[in-house]
Amino acid sequence: MGTLEQTVETEVHHGPARGITRWLYTTNHKDIGSMYLWFSLLMFLLGGCMALTIRAELFQPGLQLMEPNFFNQMTTMHGLIMVFGAVMPAFVGLANWMVPMMIGAPDMALPRMNNWSFWILPFAFCMMVATLFMEGGAPNFGWTFYAPLSTTYAPPSVTFFIFAVHMMGISSIMGAINIIATILNLRAPGMTMMKLPLFVWTWLITAFLLIAVMPVLAGVVTMMLMDIHFGTSFFNAAGGGDPVLFQHVFWFFGHPEVYIMILPAFGIVSQIIPTFARKKLFGYASMVYATASIAFLAFIVWAHHMFTVGMPLAGELFFMYATMLIAVPTGVKVFNWVATMFRGSMTFETPMLFALAFVVLFTIGGFSGLMLAIAPADFQYHDTYFVVAHFHYVLVPGAIFSIVAAVYYWLPKWTGNMYNETMGRWHFWLSFIGVNVTFFPMHFVGLAGMPRRIPDYALQFADFNAVASVGAFMFGLSQLLLVYNVVQCIRVKRPATAEVWEGAEGLEWTVPSPAPYHTFAQPPLVK
Amino acid sequence: MSTESYYVPHQSRWPILASIALFLMAMGAGGFINNLSAQDGAGFSGIILLVGAGLLAVILIGWFRNVINESRAGMYSDQMDASYRWGMSWFIFSEIMFFAAFFGALFYVRTLAVPWLGGEGDKGVTNMLWQGFEAQWPLMTTPDMEAFPGPKAVIDPWHIPLLNTVLLLSSSVTVTLAHRALKQNNRDWIVIWLAATVLLGVVFIYYQAEEYVLAYQELGLTLNAGIYGATFFILTGFHGLHVTLGTFMLLVIWFRVMRGHFSPKQHFAFEAVSWYWHFVDVVWVGLFLFVYIL
Repeated sequence: MGTLEQTVETEVHHGPARGITRWLYTTNHKDIGSMYLWFSLLMFLLGGCMALTIRAELFQPGLQLMEPNFFNQMTTMHGLIMVFGAVMPAFVGLANWMVPMMIGAPDMALPRMNNWSFWILPFAFCMMVATLFMEGGAPNFGWTFYAPLSTTYAPPSVTFFIFAVHMMGISSIMGAINIIATILNLRAPGMTMMKLPLFVWTWLITAFLLIAVMPVLAGVVTMMLMDIHFGTSFFNAAGGGDPVLFQHVFWFFGHPEVYIMILPAFGIVSQIIPTFARKKLFGYASMVYATASIAFLAFIVWAHHMFTVGMPLAGELFFMYATMLIAVPTGVKVFNWVATMFRGSMTFETPMLFALAFVVLFTIGGFSGLMLAIAPADFQYHDTYFVVAHFHYVLVPGAIFSIVAAVYYWLPKWTGNMYNETMGRWHFWLSFIGVNVTFFPMHFVGLAGMPRRIPDYALQFADFNAVASVGAFMFGLSQLLLVYNVVQCIRVKRPATAEVWEGAEGLEWTVPSPAPYHTFAQPPLVK
Repeated sequence: MSTESYYVPHQSRWPILASIALFLMAMGAGGFINNLSAQDGAGFSGIILLVGAGLLAVILIGWFRNVINESRAGMYSDQMDASYRWGMSWFIFSEIMFFAAFFGALFYVRTLAVPWLGGEGDKGVTNMLWQGFEAQWPLMTTPDMEAFPGPKAVIDPWHIPLLNTVLLLSSSVTVTLAHRALKQNNRDWIVIWLAATVLLGVVFIYYQAEEYVLAYQELGLTLNAGIYGATFFILTGFHGLHVTLGTFMLLVIWFRVMRGHFSPKQHFAFEAVSWYWHFVDVVWVGLFLFVYIL
């Protein structure tokens, strides 16, 4: 990032409208960003309650609290809500708030469509959560909704699930188109592509992934709908179709989806670490190329989720080696973060703590991913708690920690007030310990053979499961500190400066805190 | 990059209304389809679906009118124009990926799944479920002929599909001629060439419907006819829906031309629709090749 000319005009021609219509009719990227973030928080707490229901049942072997069918509904809804309701909208909310401010744009490229992207989501999730109260119960086939569980053996509510997924897809595609158009078209003069903050770069690539794979998800649920209601046989071998076809199409969406949930996290961490190390990001260009490489590889590794399903040997080998390749660009990133910190003047405010934990814990998740990538070894790990441990390590201390880090990092810019640092640190340490206590033991029970998605288990897994449940409640309850801290940050006046952080660089820190309702009506000049 | 200020619209009620309409459609469609399968009679859900669809149509008309008026009032800079161009391009890319899912499914079953069902491959167990099942494409005899009675015959590519190929390819030419006329500000010829394009689109849809009637009534080629029918109808069906939407879009453009909209310099709506039309055309060429001929 070059030095910035301090002639940024922050023209205030009109503030927000009053009352509820401000939120219903808004075209303002900051309003829409805030709505995305609040919605995501709500979904995070709801999905979290479902996770705690699961952990409560698993505290002891045997069935204590619920029917197996309800347990299956909980695992399904927990996964769907966390992926589509919590993590994805949180990143879109952050993009809405920050991308225009980081590139010197007046707003998003297509502001009305932006609001439509958001408002579809609450309705889609109302419909999805409503399936819990329908005859036959909610979807119970896991968030991956494999056929024939989701077709031949599905409860009737699957139809509503399908249409809810369609709505989320429409929302995501429109949101992604908006972000791409904004980044490509609304950069301030002088903001060349290779000067873009890394958060913007990662989101550009994420948006491309979204536009490429959300339609494929729409396609696969449409084929399900046809199989269930209109007599086709896409996923039924009796008609010449193949249930494995479902898995191929689903994971062609599903694997890039995994990177949709982690690339923006890479971007966030790449913003935060330089700030608190008070050094420029090490290897900016290599970060950009690594992100692009990961996005490319995302399209050619999908079948590593299906090693045990029956594939030609050549397929197993191709997908194994392609998957292992991903470790290279990911390694580039981790080394760059470490090198950024090397001999930096480090301080450890809450955003930095979460970012550091991200680097360490995400790397653990990455390594267990490498273990799973080895096809012959995966025959042992497949569908065990080891897989659960793996993807929770990349999603909770990965995606979620990065979102929390971003919230603490930019909260003073959004509200104009500093959050409570002491409470932030308590939140961090409780989350850090809670996350590891919850998910680390899952590696052990998984390697010992405990299957996933099961409400009861053999006695030898009891101790580790009890520990994991205690950790889960610790983690879950400590998130209330975040809610309290955010609310207090809005209410208690503890004015923040424009720059907020001593080492922060970028256009967003040149505007006052809180950022005015309209920033950069005239584009700033970036040198 | 331009330095003139970028148009940021003030509040708009279209997005929230459109979300409500979409919600009604999804709830209505879900209930309607479930009742249909349970043979319960449509009940209220059919009405909810219709209300939602009607509402969405009205909202989209209002929303687009809003945008058209802003554009004609000269509120859009070149930079705004570029945003719309990026938006439309990426939208078409998303549509390509939607079709890619179904083409991918077709290729997978043709080259892998059906041969495996017939015992090909080195696993040695693939022919266990339906012994004696023979792989072929088009798949006329399904493994379970009672549940999925295979078709008696498939569509002959050299009759209706060939005609439809000619129709659609010529419509791509006529829409380009209309665009050229627009750039030369030859208003009469824009109207004529656009009308020709719409007409070709409508005739295409008519023949596609004829083909479906033929398939259902004479050939036994139905949604229930096994994997060939499934891939055939999902690909041609979604393509047909896109042609219908494209024809509708062309019609809107035609009316706008009649009303004196668009100038030789500024006519992105026209271009967007013609891009869309070319995309639909390209998909058809893929269909003609991989669904009908090969």
